[in-house]
Amino acid sequence: MTAPTAPAATRRRAAVLPIPAGAGLARMVVLRNITSFRHGWIALVTGFLEPVFYLFSLGVGVGALVPHVTTDRGSVVTYAAFVAPALLAASAMNGAVYDSTFNVFFKMKYAKLYDAMLATPLGPRDIAVGEVSWSLLRGGLYSAAFLLVALLAGVVHSWSALLALPAAVFIGFAFAAVGTFATTFMRSWVDFDYITLAIQPMFLFSTTFFPLSTFPTPLQWVVQATPLYHGVALERALMLGEVDASVLWHVAYLLALGILGVVGASRRIERLLLR
Amino acid sequence: MTDPRQAVPRQPVADDVLVRARGLVKTFGEFRAVDGIDVTVHRGEAFGFLGPNGAGKSSTMRMVGAVSPVSGGELRIFGLDPATDGPAIRARLGVVPQADHLDEELTVEENLWIYGRYFGLSGRQVRERARELLDFAQLTERARHKVDSLSGGMKRRLTIARSLINSPEVLLLDEPTTGLDPQARHILWDRLFRLKRQGVTLVLTTHYMDEAEQLCDRLVVMDHGRIVAEGSPRNLISAHSTREVLELRFDLDDHRDRLDDVDGVGERVEVLPDRLLVYVDDGDAAMSAIAGRGIRPLSSLVRRSTLEDVFLHLTGRSLID
Amino acid sequence: MSADTSSVQAARERSGPRPPMRLAERRLAVIGYFATVYKRIWRGSIIGRFLSPLLFLLSMGLGLGSLVDSSSGGVDGRSYLQFVVPAIVATQAMWVAMGESTYQVLAYIKWNRMYESMLATPLSVADVLLGHLLAVTGHLVLATTIFVAVAALFGAFASWWVLLAIPVAVLTGLAFTVPIFAYSARQEGDDGFNILYRLLVTPLMLFSGTFFPVDQLPAVLRAVAWVTPLWHGVELCRAAAYASFSPLADAGHLAVLLLYVGVGWVLARRSFAKRLVR
Repeated sequence: MTAPTAPAATRRRAAVLPIPAGAGLARMVVLRNITSFRHGWIALVTGFLEPVFYLFSLGVGVGALVPHVTTDRGSVVTYAAFVAPALLAASAMNGAVYDSTFNVFFKMKYAKLYDAMLATPLGPRDIAVGEVSWSLLRGGLYSAAFLLVALLAGVVHSWSALLALPAAVFIGFAFAAVGTFATTFMRSWVDFDYITLAIQPMFLFSTTFFPLSTFPTPLQWVVQATPLYHGVALERALMLGEVDASVLWHVAYLLALGILGVVGASRRIERLLLR
Repeated sequence: MTDPRQAVPRQPVADDVLVRARGLVKTFGEFRAVDGIDVTVHRGEAFGFLGPNGAGKSSTMRMVGAVSPVSGGELRIFGLDPATDGPAIRARLGVVPQADHLDEELTVEENLWIYGRYFGLSGRQVRERARELLDFAQLTERARHKVDSLSGGMKRRLTIARSLINSPEVLLLDEPTTGLDPQARHILWDRLFRLKRQGVTLVLTTHYMDEAEQLCDRLVVMDHGRIVAEGSPRNLISAHSTREVLELRFDLDDHRDRLDDVDGVGERVEVLPDRLLVYVDDGDAAMSAIAGRGIRPLSSLVRRSTLEDVFLHLTGRSLID
Repeated sequence: MSADTSSVQAARERSGPRPPMRLAERRLAVIGYFATVYKRIWRGSIIGRFLSPLLFLLSMGLGLGSLVDSSSGGVDGRSYLQFVVPAIVATQAMWVAMGESTYQVLAYIKWNRMYESMLATPLSVADVLLGHLLAVTGHLVLATTIFVAVAALFGAFASWWVLLAIPVAVLTGLAFTVPIFAYSARQEGDDGFNILYRLLVTPLMLFSGTFFPVDQLPAVLRAVAWVTPLWHGVELCRAAAYASFSPLADAGHLAVLLLYVGVGWVLARRSFAKRLVR
């Protein structure tokens, strides 16, 4: 992605800048989303309930069928303790992807919200930063609530679980960034099937419900390449107290993903909106 | 963002130029939507872009609104370059887009508050300003309703109120009354007149000649990305049309067949699918002349020339197909 | 105006270009529309329709199944795969029903107003409603049949009686579809659908004996399973796949599903008439 040799006017504009223009008003975009969410508080509550339903159902139900699981790092834990960190990571992913894909697409293509915003001093950077901040804020709220439930359910095994909250926000950031980038390529709602196609298998196979050792070796490599795997592994290490240096690999993977998403999304948004 | 030019106190001088375009071009790939236009808008005037769909009006408006990069030529708004001073320019503009783009998830008053915050106004400022604007837009009773429940005319008034939240010096209106019923249009025109009296500079596009005649002090006629004529509505009519027009309708499929019948009666004749337009200075005299030839049209009408006739003359096409 | 209009109408019907449409013609006309639409968009629905249940089969049936089988030797004396897949057949019917009865219905009412255009023809509200429901039934039959066939390749069923699971799953789907049509016709925006997904679809999938027998649940949640359609569908599909029927219980399950369809039909007709005839 090099700056194209455009006419003078374009070159003078943002092409020379590494990041798109903004007016430092991103917080107003967050404020807008908070105002809008006050009307839809029911969505807030029900969104939090989903992972709790999963935890309860799988912990109580499947837990009776599978009393103990040996994690990939070697500890033996109850099924609920095994699945809870994975649900935290998956819920962070789901929320972030929903916000950054369906939601952003709706605002961009149908509500034309960003067109209205760009007619004001707000710039593309304000919008991008504002939307991502809001998504992380909401995701952080959900994650905190889920962690509290997990604590009460007795499936939190270590003080390192305190780091599980920032980790969940971090996972949300990585997915939100990539999700936004992907959304800029979407032409119609039909294309969102590809999002589902990426998310659902990850939810089901990224060692969420059973350990990596369950897979045949070649498939283990495939699973380890998916971003959610790293999110789940990170949360599991933190909540079960299995932290070692290898955790940094997961962090590095998610960080790289996040940076790719932010850089890609900023460039694409500017190209799409400021035509 | 602290441009020294902004600090200069504004004075209501007649030649205070707010928008200045020279050889302005906008291309989308190979397509030249705006093909080298020169435009000057002075403070306090109502300036119009008249033309059919696809003439390049909206592309011009988006460039003036500092949201669409200029492809060629020069553009200055408040003396600033939109390529480098976009936020500073937009802070002083009000924009009423062609589609309302209201925030459907918010209430009427929240739409004003939140939009005001995008300009960096404080919560107290936007609340105060929103109260005045709701009154101006006759929407005070609807303040707490969701936008969804408003009629088309109300939504457009809310969009205009929203565009005024930052007390703009220039209001850009892209086809402000398209899709509104006649009553809603008149209410809207009334609101725009008030703004003009308060000294707000209006820049608008329209494909309605009556709207252009009603609202604009000065306008340019655009076609295929170019300006084909410029002046006040009255001057344009007298320069490019006759005083009156005689409209004749015959009982046949192709009105071209009747061209010979009216030959020599007026200065010029235009053929429309459903009628002939004969351009004359005295319509009644022309009608008697035609009756004298023993020609009986199905119906006839004498009217004054409008901008529609100017456009027809300049481009050979109707404004609304 | 009644006397005048009806005589004009009668005259037109007598001498008009064609007699009024018969019932079957009207139903076919509506189904024809949906079939035409589906011919255009079927590719997009492939993922939700056929891939989702397959992924659940692989993840839950094989992945989680290997844990369950090695920990407690399966469920009901069968492998976890054979326990869970019949339940996924029923659950898939619920997903298809949701997918076809929420946004679709509101779109036809409000966004593209397709029902309104249909009602401008000789079609009645009941024609439109029934035609659309039959189209959804078609989706259910297709989705269920394909999944049952694919799952059979994994050895997920113990008996050929599983073929009975196809009509059962379709009925389960309808027990959701018909009441949801009534619900959707009363919505103004899509907020209500999000709530439906989060408070109905996900919990029912998790607490209807799909992934574990309901007797592991507290009594309160068991009661929820009893009064909602999915559990009954799951039990019937499992009975078919195991080829172990118990006439009384199965009749009870069937009755509940039919009750949902019947009550749903009354509500849906009422909602549609209220919304579309104004």
